[in-house]
Amino acid sequence: MISRRDFLQGAMAAASIYGASGFGNFSRLAAQQRMTQDDLLAFEPMGNVTLIHLTDIHAQLKPIWFREPEINIGVGEARGKVPHITGAAFRRLYGIEDGSPLHYALTYDDFVALARTYGKMGGLDRIATVVNAIRAERPGALLLDGGDTWHGSYTCYHTQGQDVVNAMNALKPDAMTFHWEFTLGSERVREIVENLPFAALGQNIFDAEWDEPAELFKPYELFEQNGTLIAVIGQAFPYLPIANPRWMFPEYSFGIREQHMQEMVNEVRDQGAQLVVVLSHNGFDVDRKMARRVPGIDIILSGHTHDALPEPVQVGNTIIVASGSNGKFVSRVDVDVRDGRMMGWRHKLIPIFSDVIAPDPEVAAIVDAERAPHLEALREVIGHTDSLLYRRGNFNGSWDDLICQALLEEREAEIALSPGVRWGPSLLPDEDITREDIFGVTSMTYGQAYRTEMTGEFLKVVMEDVADNLFNPDPYYQQGGDMVRVGGMGYRIDVTKPQGERISEMTLLATGEPIDPARSYVVAGWASVNEGTEGPQIWDVVEAYIRRKGTISVPPNTSVKVEGA
Amino acid sequence: MKLSRRDAMVLGAGAGLATLLPIRAMAAGEEQIAAFTGGAEVGEGGITLTAPEIAENGNTVPIEVEAPGAEAILVLALGNPRPEVMTANFGPLAGSQRVATRIRLAKTQDVLAIAKMADGRFVQAKSTVKVTIGGCGG
Repeated sequence: MISRRDFLQGAMAAASIYGASGFGNFSRLAAQQRMTQDDLLAFEPMGNVTLIHLTDIHAQLKPIWFREPEINIGVGEARGKVPHITGAAFRRLYGIEDGSPLHYALTYDDFVALARTYGKMGGLDRIATVVNAIRAERPGALLLDGGDTWHGSYTCYHTQGQDVVNAMNALKPDAMTFHWEFTLGSERVREIVENLPFAALGQNIFDAEWDEPAELFKPYELFEQNGTLIAVIGQAFPYLPIANPRWMFPEYSFGIREQHMQEMVNEVRDQGAQLVVVLSHNGFDVDRKMARRVPGIDIILSGHTHDALPEPVQVGNTIIVASGSNGKFVSRVDVDVRDGRMMGWRHKLIPIFSDVIAPDPEVAAIVDAERAPHLEALREVIGHTDSLLYRRGNFNGSWDDLICQALLEEREAEIALSPGVRWGPSLLPDEDITREDIFGVTSMTYGQAYRTEMTGEFLKVVMEDVADNLFNPDPYYQQGGDMVRVGGMGYRIDVTKPQGERISEMTLLATGEPIDPARSYVVAGWASVNEGTEGPQIWDVVEAYIRRKGTISVPPNTSVKVEGA
Repeated sequence: MKLSRRDAMVLGAGAGLATLLPIRAMAAGEEQIAAFTGGAEVGEGGITLTAPEIAENGNTVPIEVEAPGAEAILVLALGNPRPEVMTANFGPLAGSQRVATRIRLAKTQDVLAIAKMADGRFVQAKSTVKVTIGGCGG
């Protein structure tokens, strides 16, 4: 019988390219408690090109806890395929031993016990160590940042991204693409990008007025490595003006722009590029569709949906590499480029175990210097948690349950809505909750907590609209977030139905009564994309709630019934 | 009576049938399609419609249609109260048969472009444009 790994090799051979993934033996090493930095970095170099992919760090410069999702449903052609496989099924698929470091790093279950065993992950200083080691071995290796970098922490918010820019610059990236960066506002984005010492890319970043490529961002950059010409084409998050407030960057238009992507691929090939890499913030399912529909791309470095995969996914002659989020992983891809094409590759998803990989002193000092003026505010203990606080999952997470409860109580609302974003580190039971922790799950430039009235009918429209952003069977119509989190209201969802028919049994939890389409309900929420939203900042609402409670305990959430998964 | 898009296309294949139906029973754009094609069969290929998958602003959605060799291009927004968007006519001296504009879309719907080619054939392309109230990205 042919094993899955044999099949992977075979499939590559059939497509006249060969490949291998360098994961697998950490389980054994860990069982012997001998995980070392050398083991994590071990890589048999191959070919003539090396790429290093880092994405979606969301300003997490220090090591964090981050629990991966339990529920991550794929629809349409992505149904039952990675990255929509979680927990034990994911471990079986990749041959990851239960209780191993990769179990902890890549799956959700037994998170608390394993976290206590293996420690926090990430930290830009540790990432710098990995990047430096790869560059020492492979001079000219390209460091490519997939974006969602200048967003997501207390210091990032208070410095308008400058702390992350300063720290990332020390890693000397070669190119970057964008998403949440634009929520700093187009003026601030211009100010930073004009001074970036590396390429700011986005073939789909257009001038909104003229509907032509925006001048500030190049569609691609050409690099030479060991005499090989490499094109890196940027693909920013396509739905920025829809998922985030358009009024903050009205000069720009985005979209998938598949046809323009094809033109760019053809253009760089005409210029002699022997390897075409797309640095993408599309999200995994969109990248999978794009790989199928846009011929000529060798490698897609995929970001946005925060998936971490121990092996690339191959679509035709394209491989898609997904490198996780929050600094937990760095991907290294070595490529053998000959006769103007990718002949083979070797890949490793390098887990950044912060207790195993030594911090780079230079970057550690930069990060600490950025934090120093804010240290007192960052470290202030607001309360304590008895529960594991996490966010990831399609429908709810305990952090959002906490946030919704804070909105219901502090804003005296009947129903609370919290956006289905995928960023935000976790906290273990019996940990203090600091201000930094609260900002980690709430920080944004449009964090005002609104209080308004919505009819039951409008609530249904909102729920259906968000559900279609997530469960539309065509990935090009998906926006890559999770379902809006709801407090005070339960519902049933059938993910296989079309828009307008997915949501049913909306129930006001306080009374157990069905939501009345004609009645108005007091709704509190945050992260509205509408200009002029009024209310206190969400982190102040959450802080007031936690301070009042002292100790947080989040009961299991049973208010969402899911069908068709 | 409510007709789906598929029903409309079936009806479109036979203008004789369509003209026998009362106006209110016609699917969106049926009348305009019939007037433009005269009931001729509409094929695929040779026409490219570029439209966003999701509109950034439903009030001003950029679209572009290109049909090399076309004499005229009809554009319809099938979900709008008034589906007709425009008909572009190209004279013999036209350097290219391409037209771009911005249109207003009342809701999620199909945008349809039909080109009349110089040899009298008709070809079409359509694209679903979603008009959303906005979500939350990762």
